[in-house]
Amino acid sequence: MNLADLLHRPTEWLRGTGAINDVVISSRIRLARNLVGMPFLTRCSEEQLHEVEHRLKKKIFQARMADDVAYVDIPASGELDRKFLVERHLISRQHAEGSHSRGVTFSANETMAIMINEEDHLRIQILRSGLELDEAIAEINRVDQLLEEQLDFAFHRRYGYLTACPTNVGTGLRVSVMAHLPALKMTGEIEKVFRAARDMRLAIRGLYGEGTEATGDFFQISNQTTLGRSEHQIIKDFSTQTIPHIIDYERRARHVLLKEQTIAIDDKAHRALATLHAAKLISSEETMYLLSLVRLGIHLGRCNKMDIATVNELFLRTQPAHLQKIHNRTMEPRERAEARATYIHKRLDAV
Amino acid sequence: MKFKCDKCSKPATIHLTEIIDGEKIEKHLCQDCAATEGITVKAEVPISQLLEDFILQTGIEATADAAEATCEVCGMKFSEFRNAGLLGCPNDYDAFEKGLLPLVERAQEGATQHIGKVPHNADDAQKRQTAMLRLQAELKGAITAENYERAAVLRDQIKELENA
Repeated sequence: MNLADLLHRPTEWLRGTGAINDVVISSRIRLARNLVGMPFLTRCSEEQLHEVEHRLKKKIFQARMADDVAYVDIPASGELDRKFLVERHLISRQHAEGSHSRGVTFSANETMAIMINEEDHLRIQILRSGLELDEAIAEINRVDQLLEEQLDFAFHRRYGYLTACPTNVGTGLRVSVMAHLPALKMTGEIEKVFRAARDMRLAIRGLYGEGTEATGDFFQISNQTTLGRSEHQIIKDFSTQTIPHIIDYERRARHVLLKEQTIAIDDKAHRALATLHAAKLISSEETMYLLSLVRLGIHLGRCNKMDIATVNELFLRTQPAHLQKIHNRTMEPRERAEARATYIHKRLDAV
Repeated sequence: MKFKCDKCSKPATIHLTEIIDGEKIEKHLCQDCAATEGITVKAEVPISQLLEDFILQTGIEATADAAEATCEVCGMKFSEFRNAGLLGCPNDYDAFEKGLLPLVERAQEGATQHIGKVPHNADDAQKRQTAMLRLQAELKGAITAENYERAAVLRDQIKELENA
């Protein structure tokens, strides 16, 4: 398997399957782990960083955690390939930048990704399309177990699994869902959700994690505390106390919009579709914004010309790195805007 | 790139892009103005904020005391951690206990004790952890001092521990 193979496949987080996929785009759980007997990354020498990478890579392959596993050496990869991996949520933006020894192992179906030398020696991630946290936790426990049979992780009687940043210490577990909340945004109720999230000690971020914008009304909601509760309890609290309410609010807001603003919803969705079809130059932000409106129209049964699979495909393949990989060359933003518009036009013609 | 808030002059922490009639409108807002506008995105307390709060709460003298704490394994000072936000090695959790514990408590909703999963060989791992880190530090020193005989011995000890 190589990166070019991925290009023509849907990626896990945009597969459009799984429970409650009208609101929840994807679920993600990650664990932070560090090796015993090694400093954290900030205090590792070049040789030590290299050694960590080498050792972990070897052990991950030995553990045979999936049938088809690929490894990407990040410093050896071009900028485009790194961004491509970010767009597929296989690595973080932070991991894509910088120059020290680091890499990522992922399964061919892209549900598992293990970053080596990100902020911690290991960041294990399980992704699932839709709201599938039970499946994700079962899978990440299996992977963690396999790794623990091969490796010793830094652990403290009091603080649990030790991490470079004390905000991850304990379980090292971060659970998040990517939610599409356009109706809450339109009805101006999104602030209530944010306030409630703050009270529940949850973090809300944009599409690509820390420090990114909330484009197209996609929000990443995650837990902030990692210590003092068991892994099971963290997932349980998150999936029973918070997420169902947010889903419920969004669905209710959609229902109200559909009932009271039918024409406005039709107008927004169809204008969005028409703009996507007619544009000659279009940025990825505008594309995401318009696709968000089309997606809402489809879920409210007001946009029968389009289907979610096509929306997801366009969403992924119009991202800057994907677009450039499809064209097999690097392009300036202006050139991309044109190529993107042409691509969308052709794809919509085929619907 | 650092932006100032569109509404006031505080640093902007929330960045939004909206497209209205094909025109891209970028908004840069501080937490307060975003809340009034109804578009807060981040609900996260950054570690730098926690550190500032900690200094305000515990007072300058107490923090000056804690700032002096140095990890004998990785050489990091608590004050360095305070600036960077990342620790140097697992031993820092013990070396900086005085300064770190109140910080962990604040960051973790008052929790200071892990009750989750424990590695099957936890006790062993813990003992080896510090031993390994010490040996690693010694090895680094031996290499710098060009004491290759000592370095070879240390390397063997590390290998032995690794394979134990």
